[in-house]
Amino acid sequence: MPKDAGSTLDGPVTLLIGTKKGLFFLESDAPRKTWSLSEPHYLGHLSYHAVLDPRDRRTLLLAAKAGHLGPTIFRSQDFGKTWSEAKSPPAFPKVPDGDTGRVVDHVFWIEPSSPAEPNVWYAGVSPPGLFRSSDSGETWTPVSGWNDHPMWGTWTEEGDDGTPDGSILHSILVDPRDPAHRYLGVSGGGIFESVDAGANWHPFNRDVEANFKPDEHPPEFGQDPHCVRQHPLDPDVLWQQNHCGIYRVKRPSDRWVRVGDNMPSDVGDIGFPIELHPREVDTAWVFPMDGSDVWPRTSPGGRPAVFRTRDAGESWQRLDRGLPSERAWLTVLRQAMTVDRADPVGVYFGTTTGQVWASADEGESWTRIADHLPHVYSVEVMQGIA
Amino acid sequence: MNVSIPTPLRSYTNRASSVEAQGETIRALLEDLDARHPGIRFRMIDEQDGIRPHIRIFVNGERMKRLDARLEKEDEVQILQALSGG
Repeated sequence: MPKDAGSTLDGPVTLLIGTKKGLFFLESDAPRKTWSLSEPHYLGHLSYHAVLDPRDRRTLLLAAKAGHLGPTIFRSQDFGKTWSEAKSPPAFPKVPDGDTGRVVDHVFWIEPSSPAEPNVWYAGVSPPGLFRSSDSGETWTPVSGWNDHPMWGTWTEEGDDGTPDGSILHSILVDPRDPAHRYLGVSGGGIFESVDAGANWHPFNRDVEANFKPDEHPPEFGQDPHCVRQHPLDPDVLWQQNHCGIYRVKRPSDRWVRVGDNMPSDVGDIGFPIELHPREVDTAWVFPMDGSDVWPRTSPGGRPAVFRTRDAGESWQRLDRGLPSERAWLTVLRQAMTVDRADPVGVYFGTTTGQVWASADEGESWTRIADHLPHVYSVEVMQGIA
Repeated sequence: MNVSIPTPLRSYTNRASSVEAQGETIRALLEDLDARHPGIRFRMIDEQDGIRPHIRIFVNGERMKRLDARLEKEDEVQILQALSGG
């Protein structure tokens, strides 16, 4: 377990805003009241995900590609003042001429490993491949245990299913107690677990619905997890915002429980992101979206709200003070919601309409802290830096 | 030979719009280009040696779709980009 897991981290917060047209830094003062927006970094690049290494609080990685150009990873050691490119970005092995090989379309998710593996990072790509770096993102190698698993094509439908931008591998979770124990999520594939450092994997989707499949009962795999989170203080507790609702599991049980059934019926439990309280195991936030009819995936009724549970999903509280009360058709993607480690916890989300909203009181009230940005893909916190 | 570089790739050539590179085929030329400007090849050519969808390579005004196309020393190589969408 990280020695600082569960500790409070107060002071200024910087948000890393990954957008369809570049990366932005949004920096607060110490009370998190005033925010200032940076100039864009890599303007015009599809900037899927930017993450600061919480182990050294120095290495910053950005997964990006330009419309014309192939996918890559940019690195900074000075909080974005200067950048360099990975020497060998994630790429599938070359196959013999005449064979059809996989090609990384984009790097979607980047994840630092646990403190037990300093300098190790993982990357999830589309089609749903997994890559590893052991030198802080400078060079990347395929994780063969996943990418070449005999069931890969079956589990992922050959990488053809999934989001409009292609099937993606996301939600890479490394158990802080044991880095050999991992989970990953695949859109249109499900959640998979490895207990042997990624050499082998098995589906971990029991009781999770997949109502877009003909199966009468939940299948072994093929579900569509949108975002999976593992609690830093109790890594046996996992939550997921799934295509088919909000679920929670407490290991060693392998049976997911649909705690989203406790959401108000006129709101439902469809959405993309889910975020956990850094110190309270039973507290989580979601941003529900309309999953009725043709799946608008906008705020139900045009009335955006964050919902929070403090009792492991037994009950949910609507939190909309400060958010537009009507005619606001917001969409928040799976990486576009996050929390800081302050007390009280700050909660943040970015919209596909280019707004960033912040709450410095655990969701009780909301303030718009940026507007007119490009379509927001991801929001991550940089905190505790000098 | 002279290779013209489109704006999206000029971060690799110190903003130069054309650079020198050598090779008897497009493949060899791109390898030499990458040795001189590390990282530039992968942004144009995927790991299976496919030319990325919005990249165009022209030799003496003729579009090349295969990396094993042969080159002569006096050939003029243009790398262009063609992006669509908003």
